[in-house]
Amino acid sequence: MAVAVDSSAISVAPVVPRPPDRYRTVIAFISWAAPASLILIVAVLIQQAWPSVTRFGIGFLIGQDWNQVTNTFGALPFIFGTVVTSAIALVIALPVGIAVAVLLAEPGQQGLRGALGTGIELLAAIPSVVYGIWALYVLAPWALLHIETPITDHLAAFPFLGGVPRQTSLFTASLVLAVMILPTLAAVSRDVIRAVPRGLRESTVALGATWWETIRHVVLPAARAGIFGATILALGRALAETVAVAMVIGNRPEIPHSIFSPGYTLAAVIANEFVEATGDVYQGALVEIGLVLILVTLTVNVVALLLVNSAKARALV
Amino acid sequence: MRRNLWRRFSSNFAVLAMYTLTVLALVPLGLVLWFTIAKGLPAVTNLEFFVNSQRPSGIPGSGIANAIVGSAIIVGLASIAAIPIGVLSGVYLAEYGSGRWASWVRLASDVLVGAPSIALGLFAYALVVVPQHHFSGTAASVALAILMLPVVIRTTESAVGLIPNGLRESGLALGLPRWRVSLQLILPAAAPGVITGALLAVARAAGETAPVLFTALGNQRLTFDAGHPMSTLPLVVFRDALTPYKDLQQEAWGAALVLVVMVLVINLGSRWVLRRQIALARQL
Repeated sequence: MAVAVDSSAISVAPVVPRPPDRYRTVIAFISWAAPASLILIVAVLIQQAWPSVTRFGIGFLIGQDWNQVTNTFGALPFIFGTVVTSAIALVIALPVGIAVAVLLAEPGQQGLRGALGTGIELLAAIPSVVYGIWALYVLAPWALLHIETPITDHLAAFPFLGGVPRQTSLFTASLVLAVMILPTLAAVSRDVIRAVPRGLRESTVALGATWWETIRHVVLPAARAGIFGATILALGRALAETVAVAMVIGNRPEIPHSIFSPGYTLAAVIANEFVEATGDVYQGALVEIGLVLILVTLTVNVVALLLVNSAKARALV
Repeated sequence: MRRNLWRRFSSNFAVLAMYTLTVLALVPLGLVLWFTIAKGLPAVTNLEFFVNSQRPSGIPGSGIANAIVGSAIIVGLASIAAIPIGVLSGVYLAEYGSGRWASWVRLASDVLVGAPSIALGLFAYALVVVPQHHFSGTAASVALAILMLPVVIRTTESAVGLIPNGLRESGLALGLPRWRVSLQLILPAAAPGVITGALLAVARAAGETAPVLFTALGNQRLTFDAGHPMSTLPLVVFRDALTPYKDLQQEAWGAALVLVVMVLVINLGSRWVLRRQIALARQL
């Protein structure tokens, strides 16, 4: 019953405060690089575009004139070309991309599907300039003969499908874009479909549904938000694509009456004209186009990533 | 009974349709590879193609040595900047990446991957070319470094994340400070994944045209000085392909073939290494 304990006998190590984790501070600081460069890029582009922003104001976005001689610049033809080519590319790539994603997301043995998956990933690795030269010399002549000419011959009554078909056109650019965004669409959709809880699949199959009924009525609806995110992510890629489009779109700064006529996109006009651009206003106008492009793609990407990430996170719960 | 037959038929039909669409998706890959090889091979079978620099159309013996050297130097400089920063950022995300700041870094790098590469070119032009008053290889390196950064960050994060916690804990239990555990234990264990990520970033940067168009500008002569305008492989493809001269178009296809071979080797090689890395991590 010795209540009084000799306190000196129990030597308690003094509580040393943990040394600050300096390593963590240092690498946390380094990790600023990515967000900082993102902010810096936007800031520098705003500053460079300022001569054009102050001169044309909001009219820049709806102006149709692109004239170096009179120094009047409007971006509408480029916005039109970018939106139309990206939209057509999405319409072409979406069904194929979802089919690929569904197939690659199937649980079980890889085998043939593994090889197909590698192929799709290689599709993403080919440099865009290689797609460009291929599209210019192989795809464009083929598309003119086998797609553009038959359509303009028979469906000219429809809006945007008439006119004299050309090798270098909005449509050819859309075809290349469709090929180029397919891997993004397929890979992201595959991840999202994989994240659909397995129990959902299994319980549907247990109720007697066939494979297609499971996919159609359970898996795809469950992955809908994520696939939508993947689509928007692919849209962002299509909007941003530069050289492959610049090589086949025909580079004509006007709003064409047919998708088989030459057009222009935001990225392509910067690529083609920036080196030769003289004067603050002309150069500023091109930078402002770049600014519009980056702001739109950043917004599109943030929305898409939030959709995709929340789709994946929900699956983990 | 009839209804079940129909259901089974439609399901099998759907499987068939999906396989057909997937094969259809790979047709462009086959066509691109086939035409690049078929049209590029006559150019690259000539040794002069790799030794000489570009010459104007009509003069025989033109080559792409200037572009190969330019690509190597520009991408090399970009790698020196982007890989250390990217790897350390990736390690940060993997080791301390649960907080709010880390999720901002993640979002920023994912968004940066999707940023238009032409905008990076405009940025490097304003930042480097304008103050220097001339185009240069270093300006292109700045643009490409920003392009590579997010790729390196995210691949490093996932490679380090694969390393089991036991390794980290045993290091800490031995009394090693965090930085030594992280840099001398975890990072070497994750090295194959980190290196392949860096190589993938290199491949992507080497294939980019838009950011070098008005930073490196292009140069017909061979130069090792990154302070001057330089040519790169994608620039040769882009400029030569758009000329009306047959011999220059041939040169463009040859340069495209060199690019494609490099990209395929890096990608297929890295897939192989990554698969081994995942298998090894499972054993640990």
